[in-house]
Amino acid sequence: MKTVALKVLGAIAVLWAAATFTFFVQAALPGDRATLILNQDSGQIIKRSDAELAPVNEKFGFDDPIYAQYVNYVAGLAQGDLGTSYRLKAPVTEIIGEQIWPTIFLTIAALIAAWVMALALTLLTAKRGRIPSALGSGYETFTAALPHYWLGVILLVVFAIELQLFPVEGGSSLIGLVLPALTLGIPLAGFLGQVTRDEFEKVLDQPFVTSARARGMGDFGVRWRHALRHAVLPAITLSGWAIGALFSGAVIAEIIFARQGIGNILVTAANMRDIPLVSGIVMLVALIYVVANLLVDLAYRVVDPRIEVSS
Amino acid sequence: MTDLLRVENLRVGFGDTEVVKGISFSLEAGRCLAIVGESGSGKSVTARTLVGLTGGRSQVTADALEFDGRDLRGLRDRQWRDIRGRDIGFILQDALVSLDQLRPIGKEIDEALRLHRYGSREERRKRVLHLLDEVGIPEPLLRVRQLPHELSGGQRQRALIASAIALDPKLIIADEPTTALDVTVQARILHLLERIRDDGSALILISHDLAVVARMADEVAVMRYGEIVERGDAREVLSNPQHAYTRALLDAIPSTHSKGTRLSPGTPHVAPVVERAPRAADTPVLDARGLVKRYAGPDGQTRTVVDDVSFELRAGETLGVVGESGSGKTTTARIALALTEPDGGEVLLNGEPWTAVPEKARRVRRREISVIYQDPLSSFDPRWSVDQILADALPPGVRDPRKRVGELLALVGLEGEHRARRPLQLSGGQRQRVAIARALAPDPSVIVCDEPVSALDVSIQAQVLDLLTDLQEQLGLSYLFISHDLGVIHHMSDRVLVLNEGKVVETGTADEVFFAPREPYTRALVAALPRLEPRQVVRHEEAVPAAT
Repeated sequence: MKTVALKVLGAIAVLWAAATFTFFVQAALPGDRATLILNQDSGQIIKRSDAELAPVNEKFGFDDPIYAQYVNYVAGLAQGDLGTSYRLKAPVTEIIGEQIWPTIFLTIAALIAAWVMALALTLLTAKRGRIPSALGSGYETFTAALPHYWLGVILLVVFAIELQLFPVEGGSSLIGLVLPALTLGIPLAGFLGQVTRDEFEKVLDQPFVTSARARGMGDFGVRWRHALRHAVLPAITLSGWAIGALFSGAVIAEIIFARQGIGNILVTAANMRDIPLVSGIVMLVALIYVVANLLVDLAYRVVDPRIEVSS
Repeated sequence: MTDLLRVENLRVGFGDTEVVKGISFSLEAGRCLAIVGESGSGKSVTARTLVGLTGGRSQVTADALEFDGRDLRGLRDRQWRDIRGRDIGFILQDALVSLDQLRPIGKEIDEALRLHRYGSREERRKRVLHLLDEVGIPEPLLRVRQLPHELSGGQRQRALIASAIALDPKLIIADEPTTALDVTVQARILHLLERIRDDGSALILISHDLAVVARMADEVAVMRYGEIVERGDAREVLSNPQHAYTRALLDAIPSTHSKGTRLSPGTPHVAPVVERAPRAADTPVLDARGLVKRYAGPDGQTRTVVDDVSFELRAGETLGVVGESGSGKTTTARIALALTEPDGGEVLLNGEPWTAVPEKARRVRRREISVIYQDPLSSFDPRWSVDQILADALPPGVRDPRKRVGELLALVGLEGEHRARRPLQLSGGQRQRVAIARALAPDPSVIVCDEPVSALDVSIQAQVLDLLTDLQEQLGLSYLFISHDLGVIHHMSDRVLVLNEGKVVETGTADEVFFAPREPYTRALVAALPRLEPRQVVRHEEAVPAAT
């Protein structure tokens, strides 16, 4: 119980730190915010008179001292209010709420794809003689180094445009999810596979593996029922980081495959200097990291029951 | 009676190296064959050959390899898998790493049944519970769901045995089944194996420990460098060994009877060059008074691991500290070295306060006491050469460090050629010699030896023990000698301190404690010790302390 409480407190502290950081970065950015808003609305870039700026400053509270703005911002956050988008004139939570699901689906699909590929590769090639092992680990190193952008374009050109196996524009269909998920999943699979293979090969040399073989267990059984469980532990730890990275990296896949999602609005918001929206998304990514790591902790405990006793 | 197992001219090689060089043996049902040898003798490879687990790169040939009327040569993996677990059970040493850490023990035992399609899920469950009961694990219903690390060492080994005997195999191969265990636990495990053999299974016992073998085996095969140098009736081989190597092995075992004799052949006895240090004879070099140490356990409860321990170590003397795991002997050693702060009591070093003064005051006196650990490999920086390791341990102000390092190496019987080597390029015995040299470097009056020979083969152990004895005479050293091995303790110690659960159970001269133990705990400990009388096998049939 105590450890759970500590973890929740830690999570809150991380979120608070992220909020504070984004707030002060946004306050420190050069340029007058009221001018920015007026220019965005009109599409012109001109200097504004005080008479024009005053109502905007009043509306967004830009005249208040900085600490008051900060307190307001954090108090708003505590109530789930991320502020109002300068450009879209809608609450940030609403905008995010509409766009978040496609990105979450993409992240989950990519993570599952990465795990399936990494595990299959490990099971099939690790410690299976020199050539399969070398091929497997070579493939992992190669894919782990692939840039998402390049991979996405290649997949799009080959499988969607040339072979026409998948739609060029995914929309929200399930089949449209395949190529974007692979774009994000293939490099991650290479990464997870490297860690898993390393551990897997170590585990196969352990005496308990010999014990299992001496009971009459075959090679596949030893790999599947014994070694794998030990070997995935480091990859589970990495997945906490991977979920956050996938979520924030989703933007590239979303742009290439013209998908809806957080990534798309983040790019627009950043270009337009829609500061509340950008910091709202930064907060969201921080939240995703925190939740992902809590989930990883949980998964780790399921796979490694020894943790329960020692904590 | 026909042989259950017949092996003729068995050869096993890996690449260009042959590790088993044409050995032959046979075994009848209900009998126990012990294969004895030191590391590198090929005994474990031989055991693995009998279950086809030597690995893909090995070449196995034999004129005959017959089990239960079946030719084992050239079996395919599928056929081997049918034999493993069902006809031949295999038990490895150290169940903590030989059982899957992430699975309950019940599942591991069930696996053996499931793989050979034994009954329904419900029948298997009953069988698992029955097996746990049979190997003497209390509360099977609770234990079946527990993970290996939640059981004691003895229970783990029992669980491993249960998984190997699940289908009543005709042959059981046990590779060092008791090596990592305490002596009383070892006695119970051996008792269990004996019972399994008496029920009609044949047993092959692989061991480095002749004393264990003496208790169990009907026949003994002594292996060295991949060959069987001597084979025959156990009583005959152990009481009247024909081969010089068997004799050397028997002589090397420290025991009640080896006291005052040399264990290793060929090393000349070094006469003392220094007269016993003329320290004030009545001041103990180490004086521990009422030591107490408590730790908070994982459950938040405080455990007293050292509970009112007092002892005196006099100049030039060896005080043996013996106890099973968890007895507090290592914590006591750490307190004596002032590495762990005691919660009560204090230690005086050469008559002056030691643990009670601050570390700053202790630092200049640290050279008076040093330590030798069980595993020198983990206490050396693997990137350092022997030269660097020893030079680093010299006290400041040594005028000619190179010369002093040379002297230290000569003291422990190493040559100049070892100077440039790194720990991994040394054998286990050489590493322990370097560790001893390092302990001698600051010219201490006391050396704490914490299980200094537990990781060594018996012949290497003999050399290291002889070296320690010589050095003591030569340099007038005092040893606080910690070991779980009663034979080693008796051989080395002038006086003995028996610890159990943090308390001093008994203390006295080595002969008093071992020949006439007063306390029931010490008596149980001594009785549990498998031992060899000189040139004569003694089978200990007396009651083994009840299983816990």
